[in-house]
Amino acid sequence: MASGTGTRARTAGDDIWKTRVEKINAELFTMTYGSLVAQLVKDYEDYSEVNKQLEKMGYNIGVRLIEDFLAKTNVGKCADFKETAETISKVGFKMFLGFSPAVANWSADGKEFSLLLEENPLAEFVELPEDAAAELSYSNILCGVLRGALEMVLMQVECSFVSDVLRGDDTTELRVKLVKFLEEEVPMGDD
Amino acid sequence: MTTTHSYFVIVGTRDDPLYEAEFGPMSRGDAGKRDEHRHLNQFIVHAALDLVDELQCGTNNMYLKEVDKFNDWHVSAYVAASGRTNWEGIVDESSRGTVGVRFMLLHDSRNQDGIRGFFQDCHELYIKALLNPFTELNSPITTTTFDTKVRAIGRKYL
Repeated sequence: MASGTGTRARTAGDDIWKTRVEKINAELFTMTYGSLVAQLVKDYEDYSEVNKQLEKMGYNIGVRLIEDFLAKTNVGKCADFKETAETISKVGFKMFLGFSPAVANWSADGKEFSLLLEENPLAEFVELPEDAAAELSYSNILCGVLRGALEMVLMQVECSFVSDVLRGDDTTELRVKLVKFLEEEVPMGDD
Repeated sequence: MTTTHSYFVIVGTRDDPLYEAEFGPMSRGDAGKRDEHRHLNQFIVHAALDLVDELQCGTNNMYLKEVDKFNDWHVSAYVAASGRTNWEGIVDESSRGTVGVRFMLLHDSRNQDGIRGFFQDCHELYIKALLNPFTELNSPITTTTFDTKVRAIGRKYL
């Protein structure tokens, strides 16, 4: 069953990437993100603060991105968190970044998983300065995007990078942990 | 002794060295002499910079071959593309628009094809280093990966 969802998601993702998505130059994208991070580093001078800002920016992107995603893909509600993971990887990442990270390292209760990023278009040609390598989470914006997008579909998650090739590790691994499902809230002011 | 000693410098737009490397067999006992040599090398390269500026106006090539000679040391130069533009009428000191980043090689034996290949590979490496958002245009290049790769290119061509 799981592989059925997987392949369906993959073909959907590939299809959307090929036909319904506008593309821009990858180097421009990488350089834009790079100068953004470099400027934040200069402005804040504190790497944990930069990480926080990147995550916040990502969150703002995520809450809007999910609308675009749902409009283009028309997927229905996911049956379980595992399906969510597959959809994020094969449709979401594929649509917006052009590649599909592997889903792996499921926890025993099925509430945590990892995305293994073989390539990271945000970080092409980047080399972190010595002091940044220990603390800076260069692609932290992705953590925010996932948190924001999933919150809009009523899942509260925590995301963080457990390893990053920019910091000298072998792989880049993004851990996603489901905290809880959120209740639909009645908007304030309705009687 | 005709061992090819070479001294490679990347010179920024303000004539300051951004990166230096020496190639060639290094003997352990030579540390003191090498320091002297380094001062002399910097002096030679600096003197040759004016010639480079003159020559680059006359040609569209990036590789300027040999531009100068000092005793038995030859100076070859390669101009990275940023020196192409011609800013007519800009007089103030801070914006010397015609000067780009230059790669200078000080060597004691001729090896034009090898040197041209060396310069081209180093230029590609330099461009990739520039794509790193954390490097600034005229700041010294200190990353160890850059250094290792330049040395590998040096071993390959020189």
